[in-house]
Amino acid sequence: MNCTALIINIMAIFGLLIAFAKDKDKAIQSLKIAGKSFIRMLPMIFIIIIIIGLLLGFVPPEQISRFIGEQSGIKGVLLVGVVGALMHIPALLSFPLAASLLYNGASISAVAAFITTLTMIGTITLPLEIKELGKKMAILRNGLSFVIAIIIALVMGAIL
Amino acid sequence: MRKDRKQQKRKIPRDWILLGLVLIISIVLLLIFPDRKEAVTTVSWKYFIEMISILPAVMVLLGLFTVWVPKDIVVKYLGSASGLKGIFFAIALGTLPTGPLYIAFPIAAALLKKGAKISNIIIFLSSWACIKIPQEMVELQFLGSKFMVVRLVLTIVFVIIMGIFIEKIIEMN
Repeated sequence: MNCTALIINIMAIFGLLIAFAKDKDKAIQSLKIAGKSFIRMLPMIFIIIIIIGLLLGFVPPEQISRFIGEQSGIKGVLLVGVVGALMHIPALLSFPLAASLLYNGASISAVAAFITTLTMIGTITLPLEIKELGKKMAILRNGLSFVIAIIIALVMGAIL
Repeated sequence: MRKDRKQQKRKIPRDWILLGLVLIISIVLLLIFPDRKEAVTTVSWKYFIEMISILPAVMVLLGLFTVWVPKDIVVKYLGSASGLKGIFFAIALGTLPTGPLYIAFPIAAALLKKGAKISNIIIFLSSWACIKIPQEMVELQFLGSKFMVVRLVLTIVFVIIMGIFIEKIIEMN
């Protein structure tokens, strides 16, 4: 277990201890919510793990790099940005997927674009967003989020 | 809200079916190419360990925040805040680990009705979407501190610019 994982687990344990000391019912309720959301995420966790395995086991880094590596330029960044915008997986699971691509040929820009569009843009939740906030605001937010995601990606590629 | 919950319920079996499909495809692929089996299982196992060492703890933190941080805290603090204070609250309240983006839409709608600044609502939604504390921790775990910090800083800067820009556009008409 690395340092980050260790710190997060310690935080969770301390949080739970404090919670149980303060209010047992509320603490149990938080554990129930945690368990439910974990089970809901479980199939997606396995899917991502298998896809990462297949991806790295079958697709050589040169191929990944050809489509979304340094030499693919802005086209690769835009491609991954669109894929990220359309995909509907929990944001937490985008990071291992992004990491597996980054360490096997994808460029920093492509990976940054993927994470940023995936988290900021919700094409599946867009109807709900329009209903709650109005067409103009929802479309402006999602559209401009794509633009800034690409800018963030390109700046990251330039400085890292 | 009730409609969301229904959608949520229907989503559970769909993900399991998808997992079944992915499993079948991968088993067929590995039967055709048995030489790839070791590479695939090694990689999958490595990522499984990494995810299982961090995700349950993240879920516990999410659960704790959901129960202990009251839902109306956002409306209370963002309802009338403006200027730098407003931007600060918008970002800070968005980072609290409390569920997926579609939960934030009704909160944002309530803020709109209360007359909160449009820029702050956009900044709040964006912060909720991609600057959440548990997400940053998982990003740190998988992509390293340099990547995480640079992306975080850039995201905050550009999200603020976007919020102000959208407010200008909407107020212009």
